[in-house]
Amino acid sequence: MSATLSVRNLRTHFFTKEGVAKAVDGVDFDVAPGEILGLVGESGSGKTVTGFSILGLIDPPGRIVEGSSIRFNGEELTAASPERLRAIRGAAIAMIFQDPMMTLNPVLRVDTQMIETVQAHVKVSAAEARDRARKALVQVGIPSPDERLRAYPHQFSGGMRQRVAIAIALLHKPKLIVADEPTTALDVTIQGQILFEAQRLCRESGTAMIWVTHDLAVVAGLADRIAVMYAGRIVELGRTADVIERPMHPYTKGLIGSVPSQNTRGHRLAQIPGMTPSLLRLPAGCAFKARCPIAVDKCNEMPALEEHRPGHWARCWRAAA
Amino acid sequence: MIVYIVRRLMQAALVMVVMSILVFVGIYLIGDPVLMMISPDASELEREAVRRALHLDLPMWRQYLLFVNDALHGNFGRSFLAGQPAMGLIFERFPATLELAFASLVMSLAIGLPMGVYAGLRPSTPGSKAIMTGSILGFSLPNFWVGLMLIMVFAVMLPDLIPGWPRLPASGRGATVDVLGVPLSFLTLDGLRHLLLPAITLSLYKGALIVRLARATAREVLPMDYVKFARAKGLSERRIVGVHVLKNIMIPIATVSGLEFGQTVAFAVVTETVFSWPGVGKLLIDSILLLDRPVVVAYLVIIVFFFVVLNLVVDLLYSVLDPRVRLESRAT
Amino acid sequence: MTDAALEPAPLEPVVAAAPQTPLRRIVSDFCENRLAVFGLVLVVLSIFVAAFAPLISPQNPFDIANLDLLDAKSPPGTVSGDGRITYWLGTDGQARDMMSAIFYGMRISLFVGFVSVLAALAIGVVVGLVAAYAGGRTDAFLMRFVDIMLSFPAILVALILLSVLGKGIDKVLIALILVQWAYFARAARGAALVERNKEYVEAATCLALPPWRIVFRHMLPNCMPSLIVIATITLARAIALEATLSFLGVGVPVTQPSLGMLISNGFEFLLSGSYWISFFPGVALAIAIVGINLAGDHLRDVLNPRNLR
Repeated sequence: MSATLSVRNLRTHFFTKEGVAKAVDGVDFDVAPGEILGLVGESGSGKTVTGFSILGLIDPPGRIVEGSSIRFNGEELTAASPERLRAIRGAAIAMIFQDPMMTLNPVLRVDTQMIETVQAHVKVSAAEARDRARKALVQVGIPSPDERLRAYPHQFSGGMRQRVAIAIALLHKPKLIVADEPTTALDVTIQGQILFEAQRLCRESGTAMIWVTHDLAVVAGLADRIAVMYAGRIVELGRTADVIERPMHPYTKGLIGSVPSQNTRGHRLAQIPGMTPSLLRLPAGCAFKARCPIAVDKCNEMPALEEHRPGHWARCWRAAA
Repeated sequence: MIVYIVRRLMQAALVMVVMSILVFVGIYLIGDPVLMMISPDASELEREAVRRALHLDLPMWRQYLLFVNDALHGNFGRSFLAGQPAMGLIFERFPATLELAFASLVMSLAIGLPMGVYAGLRPSTPGSKAIMTGSILGFSLPNFWVGLMLIMVFAVMLPDLIPGWPRLPASGRGATVDVLGVPLSFLTLDGLRHLLLPAITLSLYKGALIVRLARATAREVLPMDYVKFARAKGLSERRIVGVHVLKNIMIPIATVSGLEFGQTVAFAVVTETVFSWPGVGKLLIDSILLLDRPVVVAYLVIIVFFFVVLNLVVDLLYSVLDPRVRLESRAT
Repeated sequence: MTDAALEPAPLEPVVAAAPQTPLRRIVSDFCENRLAVFGLVLVVLSIFVAAFAPLISPQNPFDIANLDLLDAKSPPGTVSGDGRITYWLGTDGQARDMMSAIFYGMRISLFVGFVSVLAALAIGVVVGLVAAYAGGRTDAFLMRFVDIMLSFPAILVALILLSVLGKGIDKVLIALILVQWAYFARAARGAALVERNKEYVEAATCLALPPWRIVFRHMLPNCMPSLIVIATITLARAIALEATLSFLGVGVPVTQPSLGMLISNGFEFLLSGSYWISFFPGVALAIAIVGINLAGDHLRDVLNPRNLR
């Protein structure tokens, strides 16, 4: 089975006045049809930039560096023309953003924002586009869609707005959805509904999904595989159960240790000491070594992402330890 | 909504009463208009007669009450100089001022908006920097001097130096066409030629303001998530700028243009003086310099009313344009 | 926050190369923009000319004994009839050397501008701070008044005031102060309201410091950046407004010609081709105003509290 998306050596750098920030620096992963990949990392790890890079939405001073490869259904996106990328965006690859309060234009009605998405990709009449929009709203569980279409975004609740955003993403039955922390800004109960909804849609339609989040707990119950990012690189990649239950990278271990659960009740929560290093001044070798409890001299050299167990990769000299 | 409008109108009425008292007292204190109206060698008796005819012999508060009584009947007295009803004089001149102000509004929007949006979209290009520096010049250069320089260049120097260069007129309205009894200049070629220089002069300041406002709003809107989301939806750049960005820019632009329209009408006083444009501004200056009290007072009453209505219209316009505001005003 | 990669948290605090005072930072930031420095040079030039007008003028334009009517309306570069001076910028209808008249005119224009803005600033700050500190009805009343003041164009209010007051530098000053204080009042109140809720004001209140002390010693200094920016803009506007009023014939008297008055005097000669009588005073006026605005425009960016760390 060939992957829907195949990212190889993706490097997205920001050329700022202060220097080059290597936000994403050599990322490799595949996503299979119908698969949900959880892309986990803290702020500044490059997970969001990775998502935007796939859609070709990196604004100057940032750009995807020469030698990167993003293959989508066999097509090389880094070599695609801007017009080709535009045609793919919103149709074959859709994106859902973090803050539903900010993603819908406040001065345009919901129908305007949905119909324009339909008409940007297929030549249909406004009435037909409207009908598609209505169906998409029903699909994500919005009651009385006709009335809702005529409303402005501010007349919706946060959860409803995110459903509208998801409906927009689904309009063209995309092969791949990049979801950038779509539940972070929502209440926990709404969060659960949206997660369930997303999983169902992927299973039913065979859509591949990349779920970007900082919250390991969220993807633990959602994703098929998890990729953990740190300072612009993937440090661990594997099936969700493997990564959660038998993490290999000390950073992943730290992340799991800092998630509160029933087992940790009464104990002090573990935390990872220190902060993410500045992307402008990354140390040589492993970026995590300064915060790592098991660092050795060897860590001054950059370890490769290696398959230590079947389908379970880690970028650490001491992965086996 | 209706309660809101009524409250605003009542506030406006209060402002007008206060203004009329202030102006009346103020004008009362200066000069004796009778001295300017009749020849210096008129007898004391004649003067007294004129004074009585104009009620200038009564105490100030009685004059004011007389004035208010008349004003409520739509009578603002007669111009001391022209002998015509003051209000009629103003209504006669108002279309010329409105035409000039409107022409300059259209001009400043037509030029300022595209420039400002461009400078907002491409902030670091030399063109944008030139536009921004130009806008500083636009609102720095004194309006009347710009008018004089335009006259110097287009009405004197260029036609003198280059044979065949069209000499643009420097004063008056030119030929007009009556539309529904209102004379308008912009419908005739001669009128347009007369309108051109004053309209440019008047539009310079506001054009600069619109450039800066459009740029600032564009810079504010562009990094918004909904712009990036619009890109992620696969919309064309034209649709994103033309609909998503522009619609957001238009809200402050429309509001400010509305408020600035009032400023333009006021500033027409200067432009009209430079170009001898026969509008209310020129009338006001002439009346002030010649102590023609009824005309000044009538002008002020009209202009205050004009401003109050304009502010109200702009507020309503704002709530029509911005869906978020609309909901709030409905709720209260 | 969708693009957290752009603001990475530094591992170690970045140590500045040299201890930097806020003032030094403002000065160095300001000097980065060449256009702003150019503006400042124009301002300094204008002030210099105004301050030393009697010393650097070729002629005292107010001394009628100096004027030779035969030299009236000489174009730029003409040598005077008696051969003593060259009229580099020409002469006006009364044979006054335009350069000297401009130097003296700049003096009056800048004097009116600076004095009116400083007085308006003082009045506006007091009203604004009182409104912000008192709050409640006092605040509502004062700000309602300010709103009404600001809803009418300054030019109209000044025009009407002057038509009542009559001509004279003092009258122009009064009119300009009356139309300008409201801007400062609103700005001072706005800035003070932000400051009012900050902890240091609460701390000062807890120490039972007298209100005037809290307002003027603690709140005022923190409102200064925004007030300075507004003052520069208002200064440019005040100078332009005075010139406009004088041009309309309700400003300064003929005996004390400001730049606006000089331009107005040249109006009647413009159509006959004696452009210099209006042109050069206008250029001088533009230099002063453009200079202030160029410098002020960048000053706003430099003093922006968001940039003040």
